[in-house]
Amino acid sequence: MALDRSDVEKIAHLARLQIAEQDVQEYAENLTSILDLVDQMQAVDTSAVAPMAHPLDAVQRLRIDEVTEGNQRDNLQTVAPAVEAGLFQVPKVIE
Amino acid sequence: MFEKTLAELAQGLETGEYSSVELTNSYLQRIKAEDPKINSYISITEELALSQAEAADKARTNGEAGTFTGLPIAHKDIFCTQGVRTSCGSKMLDNFISPYNATVIENFNQAGAVTLGKTNMDEFAMGSSNESSYYGPSRNPWNTDCVPGGSSGGSAAAVAGRLAPAATGTDTGGSIRQPAALCGITGIKPTYGRVSRYGMIAFASSLDQGGPMTRTAEDAAMMLNVMAGFDAKDSTSLDQAVPDYTLTLNESLKGLKIGLPKEFFSDQIDPQIAAQVQNAIKEYEALGATVKEISLPNTHLAIPAYYIIAPAEASSNLSRFDGVRYGYRCDEPVDLEDLYKRSRGEGFGEEVKRRIMVGTYALSEGFYDAYYKKALQIRRLIQQDYVNALKEVDIIMGPTTPHPAFKLGEKTSDPVAMYMEDIFTISLNLAGMPGMSVPCGFANGLPVGLQLIGNYFAEARLLNAAHQFQQATDWHKQAPAQ
Amino acid sequence: MEWEAVIGLEIHAQLATKSKIFSGASTAFGAEPNTQACAVDLALPGTLPVFNAEALRMAVMFGVAIDAEIGHRSVFDRKNYFYPDLPKGYQTSQLFHPIVGIGHVDLELEGGITKRVGVTRAHLEEDAGKSLHDEFPGMTGIDLNRAGTPLLEIVSEPDMRSAEEAVAYVKKIHSIVTNLGICDGNMAEGSFRCDCNVSVRYKGEEKLGNRTETKNINSFRFIEKAINGEIARQIDILEDGGYITQETRLYDANKDETRSMRSKEEANDYRYFPCPDLLPIVIDEAYVDQLKQSLPELPDARKARFIEEFKLSDYDAMVLSTYRDLAGYFETAANSAGDAKLAANWVMGELSKHLNQNDTAITDSPVSAEMLGGLLQRITDNTITGKLAKQVFEAMWAGEGSADEVIEAKGLKQVTDSGAIEAMVDGVIAANQPQVDQYVNAEPDKRGKMVGFFMGKVMQASQGKANPGQVQGMLKKKLDALANS
Repeated sequence: MALDRSDVEKIAHLARLQIAEQDVQEYAENLTSILDLVDQMQAVDTSAVAPMAHPLDAVQRLRIDEVTEGNQRDNLQTVAPAVEAGLFQVPKVIE
Repeated sequence: MFEKTLAELAQGLETGEYSSVELTNSYLQRIKAEDPKINSYISITEELALSQAEAADKARTNGEAGTFTGLPIAHKDIFCTQGVRTSCGSKMLDNFISPYNATVIENFNQAGAVTLGKTNMDEFAMGSSNESSYYGPSRNPWNTDCVPGGSSGGSAAAVAGRLAPAATGTDTGGSIRQPAALCGITGIKPTYGRVSRYGMIAFASSLDQGGPMTRTAEDAAMMLNVMAGFDAKDSTSLDQAVPDYTLTLNESLKGLKIGLPKEFFSDQIDPQIAAQVQNAIKEYEALGATVKEISLPNTHLAIPAYYIIAPAEASSNLSRFDGVRYGYRCDEPVDLEDLYKRSRGEGFGEEVKRRIMVGTYALSEGFYDAYYKKALQIRRLIQQDYVNALKEVDIIMGPTTPHPAFKLGEKTSDPVAMYMEDIFTISLNLAGMPGMSVPCGFANGLPVGLQLIGNYFAEARLLNAAHQFQQATDWHKQAPAQ
Repeated sequence: MEWEAVIGLEIHAQLATKSKIFSGASTAFGAEPNTQACAVDLALPGTLPVFNAEALRMAVMFGVAIDAEIGHRSVFDRKNYFYPDLPKGYQTSQLFHPIVGIGHVDLELEGGITKRVGVTRAHLEEDAGKSLHDEFPGMTGIDLNRAGTPLLEIVSEPDMRSAEEAVAYVKKIHSIVTNLGICDGNMAEGSFRCDCNVSVRYKGEEKLGNRTETKNINSFRFIEKAINGEIARQIDILEDGGYITQETRLYDANKDETRSMRSKEEANDYRYFPCPDLLPIVIDEAYVDQLKQSLPELPDARKARFIEEFKLSDYDAMVLSTYRDLAGYFETAANSAGDAKLAANWVMGELSKHLNQNDTAITDSPVSAEMLGGLLQRITDNTITGKLAKQVFEAMWAGEGSADEVIEAKGLKQVTDSGAIEAMVDGVIAANQPQVDQYVNAEPDKRGKMVGFFMGKVMQASQGKANPGQVQGMLKKKLDALANS
């Protein structure tokens, strides 16, 4: 399966990655070679095999419903790039 | 002092031969002097280390010291460490001073360990050579023109270069075992769920597992005693009792059944590696083990399945790095989309972007069944191979890597060639079983690793087998020329 | 050709847990921005989710209440998209294996018609944070307090054909979740939100038209208006030969119209896949059975019981059974008063009027159900008249004490002493000779109506305290005696 420039651009947009114009072709080639590698899977008949999302057959543990985390805003926002009045700031979003 | 194992240093501290502050200072001096050649550390946490060492010495004076009190170690820079930059090898987190501790870090703090620093790694643990680090590659102490392996390359290089007695690592597709093999040290990837992933920055959640990287199997057992255990903060952590791994190290290997998968001894591997591994097997026979050939017929599908599952999970796990709440943010974004695309485009390196792209593609509409679901089905086939084999034998053995350490830059232009270096390690992460690498010789002056694979929760057995081998051989005692 | 609307609804009900679905931060409404967003809610690197047992219990309870299939093995999936109030870059939701499968609710429509509406599924997911667009020039502020609040998304079949049916459905779900105590139902605070999928087609046609999804509707009234507006808009476009764009629209209550949401226009590809940080939720039959046993009474059953037990009318029973707190209040008052019909009238009349006027929840009513019951007892035992009872209620609402205390303090006790009443009656007859003459000269069958005048005068003279029955009886006797003499 060969990817072309428009595929790369579409994926990059979905992943919100800016990719330099001159690198698009290289991405297309690299991704194509990776997809060629993984395409070996297609030769195997797995119709009777249940997908395995986790190594062990464990089930979800449940947490008791109690408030264990208090206000940590000051500590957690020390790493924030832009904060005003306790709110994280981003360029204006138009809905 | 720098040749001593953790176990020996623990004894030295206990007998008062040296204090933790003295020991820590010696290591800090050596790191400052020698690490510029190796680049195994991203951050040296001198202040933290000395305060922890002082506290440890005080605890010892008060008779409150445990086995680990005052022992200096290094942590892979993937474990969030409160008040310390936790970069994950990425420009994206170059400015990230973690506001909290990973459970693994918390466990070592509780045990009284000293944190020397945070070790270099492939960016977001994506790589087999350490060359994708934002902080420049770490180098192999055995030959600084060569890579230390990856992604826990900094931890492996620090331990091999005597820049730390031991270090933590993480293994998603071989990232503990492969650099351990390439640097001539001991490393173990525990059973998935054995070590908490809380605070360990996720690459591929269903594959990631933390583990120790040490000089010896005995040290690995000491480290794993601290690292392993149930954590209520990690839903995938297993609520199972953790044995004291040091207690079973000396059990006899008489009657141990070893399986050699024929797929691990193909003509793809370096003949010198094959020869060293065969010698190691003979050593095991001498120790009383029996050996038989087995088959893991789906081995060739491990890399294809892995290179869908890991990037798919990663593409989603790394979406949180968006320049909004922490981490790198581009200059003067004109709008939200610009903020996202440039922060991520500039903050992530090439290999990370490549994998995010592959994963995004594999999950996108119309491809899910053909790629992701298919890979999960293959994953079960691979797991079944191991389950079946481990019904017949106790431990599976083979080479950890097909080649010894390669030259820096040798494989950077061909991602697929780089991926193939993980061919013997990757399948185990898919299956979730524990695996180990121990030094078993040299090929062209570069270390060779023997891989040991056991059943779920068989860490004690693996450590026992590795320890017995190390009692009979001295490959693990070899040090690179200074 | 006649048009027909096809409506399906997605309801997001915030589950009333104390802590978030995957973290130990509080879900309380109205805190300072980001003070209830912990490391997990902020999606700090390395943080992991652990699932809240109470959210599971509440979701299963809902499934049981609508007679739905329960997913004995349900799985969390990740819905991937970028938005600043979505910290992880994905929403943890359930696509492939929801906790609640196919179920249904029955709606009672006007004219006694019952309509069954299918519930396709209900799944657990996490709420997003809030984006504040108008606080800072050129910037949007992000508050993640709400991020991670557990949501139950309830998806209906496209079974509804009018705005009225849609509203009846939403009210039904609203009454179920509030009766179960799994959601506070507060639409203004966003605890209970509704997205409406609307399309139109010619009646009798099988094929569905292109649909729009209208979001952000926060009251029952707006649901009706938004749907009716959207139906009209679509019919206008189609009748002009136009085409309905499949899109997300936003309801603007100020302008009473929907408008296209440009930011959501681009085709989304959510790349759903099972969340590898969470394991499958497995529940057994015993767990479901136990919840079935502990299920509180639901509105339908309660309504039937009210009709049976209290002999209420269909309408009164429906109004009083819909909400747990109201129903509980009514039952207590009815039992205490010993007269259910009287209690129903008072709860739906005087009490509801006061609650509405003062915007007070029934649980905060200054007149408790027991207090109201006490008042009603004084009506049934003739201590006070119904008219004075309203005055007593006002005083009770103002905090002046129980019915007996108010009656005592204000001296409102009914006069039943026949001697005292007779004196008042005689006085009124003596003081109104012209009206007495009219009465005497009237045809006997017209006289009945004329008693009212004298009644009014006597009640006035007694300051409303005379027992009206006694007054009436005595007036009639005395006036008729005059007429026949």
